[in-house]
Amino acid sequence: MAFAMNIWLQHLPVLPIVVPLFAGAALLLFTESHRRLRGAIAVIATLAQLAIAITLLSMTTDAVSSIWPNGIGVYAIGSWPAPFGIVLVVDRLSALMLTLVAALALAALVYSLARWERVGVHYHSLFQFLLMGLNGAFLTGDLFNLFVFFEVLLAASYGLLLHGSGVTRVKSGLHYIVVNLVASLLFLIGAAMIYGVTGTLNMADLAVRIAVLTAADRGLFDAGAAILGVAFLVKAGSWPLNFWLPSAYSAAGAPVAAVFSIMTKVGVYAVLRIGSLLALSNAPAPFAGQWLLVVGLATIVFGGAGMLSANQLSRLIGFAVIVSSGTVLAAVGLDAERLTAPALFYLLTSALATGAFFMLTGMTERTRMQVSEVADAAPLPPVTYNAFESEEPPRAPDDEVGIAIPAAMAFLGLAFIFCVVLVTGLPPLSGFLAKFALLSTAIGAPGEVSVATWMLVAALLATGLAGLIALARIGMRLFWSPTQRMTPRLRVIEAGPVAFLILLCVGATIGAGPLMTYLDAAARTLHAPRTYVDAVLAPESVGALIETGAGR
Amino acid sequence: MEIVFALAIGVLSGSGVWLLLRPRTFQVVMGLALLSYAVNLFIFGMGRLAVGRPPIINADNAVDPALYADPVPQALVLTAIVIGFATTALLLVVLLAARGLTGTDHVDGREPD
Repeated sequence: MAFAMNIWLQHLPVLPIVVPLFAGAALLLFTESHRRLRGAIAVIATLAQLAIAITLLSMTTDAVSSIWPNGIGVYAIGSWPAPFGIVLVVDRLSALMLTLVAALALAALVYSLARWERVGVHYHSLFQFLLMGLNGAFLTGDLFNLFVFFEVLLAASYGLLLHGSGVTRVKSGLHYIVVNLVASLLFLIGAAMIYGVTGTLNMADLAVRIAVLTAADRGLFDAGAAILGVAFLVKAGSWPLNFWLPSAYSAAGAPVAAVFSIMTKVGVYAVLRIGSLLALSNAPAPFAGQWLLVVGLATIVFGGAGMLSANQLSRLIGFAVIVSSGTVLAAVGLDAERLTAPALFYLLTSALATGAFFMLTGMTERTRMQVSEVADAAPLPPVTYNAFESEEPPRAPDDEVGIAIPAAMAFLGLAFIFCVVLVTGLPPLSGFLAKFALLSTAIGAPGEVSVATWMLVAALLATGLAGLIALARIGMRLFWSPTQRMTPRLRVIEAGPVAFLILLCVGATIGAGPLMTYLDAAARTLHAPRTYVDAVLAPESVGALIETGAGR
Repeated sequence: MEIVFALAIGVLSGSGVWLLLRPRTFQVVMGLALLSYAVNLFIFGMGRLAVGRPPIINADNAVDPALYADPVPQALVLTAIVIGFATTALLLVVLLAARGLTGTDHVDGREPD
């Protein structure tokens, strides 16, 4: 029994990829008329991913250290040993990101069951494939495999962004797709150059081989790494590569935008992961230090200015996503060793808060519209349904079914205030704690407080203020303006997910102590790349373990 | 051979970037296609250029790596071609939808004033 359990635990790292893959494929088999069944499958698959992610999270702590030494689990796909086969690596950081994705996805999925899944075809399949790409990108230990998972998540995101169709979505979707395709080409050039110089794509092997490069090869490698870094920064939405982001995110449907708020974090994660491994042999520049700090600061300033200029709530939150990416990048650029843990705390709460905020926007927009106008999605041309062999054309969303929650306006107002407090980093919620931890650690660094630190402090405080002003302005217009507005009927499955995400942030506020302990350990693991390399390249990785386990 | 190969990549990517910066959606798609050809050739070139070397080891001959081409970039190119093909097809559909919905083939969805 214990042995069977052990086998399951050893295969756990691959499940976050396999579960959404099969769920998404299975969902393709059911036509649009089996709505309840499809919804049930999608929710069960996402719940399973959340359970798996939480299990992985607990396995990376010292609690179950007997299975994974140092909290790093390595899964060799097909039992091919590390530098030759593709490995999946779970450490505290990736387990944390997996949990974040699953929690956010569950909320967005439940929210979309109310209306959004019905405005187009194959919503649930695309959603699961997006999760597969996200999970895979957080797990993989291979550079080219990272590219493949990026493409999986991007391909799904193209479909999801266009979900519901309409002029705005198609227009901003076109920009989004073109920019991301160019970024993918840059990714390929960078990965190919790195392979050409080092002869390996395994990240751990790469970290070892950089040290033995000749000076000429080193120049080529740094160029390749820089191109790779640019590709990651496009995904992270950093200035000046982010002009597509606010219009794309505000055009997307509310639940889709909510999941998208984690997508920029994939770029940030890739910068952190590759940067920490490259740091093993002292460099190269694009992933750390001054460059990243300057780019991050410019991103924060751009995002803050954008928040002030935005006159539409969803667009404003798009800029808040940019600010959150910029903050993490600037913090890592300033002092990666000390600031990673508070930056991760910030990343966590800002991703949850912007996700909740996007979904809230979908509901507040209805206060100013008639129910018939709510379906801002222009119906697709009939040919689309024929192409997908859909039996009935999806109806425009309506408010016929479901249990409405009482005091809808009070809920909207309260949720709005919570989201504002979280996004701008006001006390008492976790947004404040994260910013405070970040700033106090930055200022508390030994030695004189540098100009760069003061710039980060000023940028963070100024964007907090800018965000507050902009959000207060929009909030007054939304809730206090004397013009005609209608009280929307909010269903439990719409309001619930928003409340769930806000409660998660409240939970992060109350449990900030244990959470910071975990994040500190995650940052320490990240900045001890030697343990990562040893774990991946060790001869007794999982494949060998299974063999010895079978003999027992 | 290296010079011809490098020139081909250079011409393809130069034309690709130029087309990518043009205002019409069809030009952008063509630019992306040319760029992806250039990138595919580039990945292939990263396995070093050689003539008459198989990528699969023949057990009858001596197993000397110098006799064989590097199979990894070839596999990578295959993946990149498939992904690039699929995303270009998707982009074409979006392009047609944008043309139909906005009535113009300008990338911003409206004619410049």
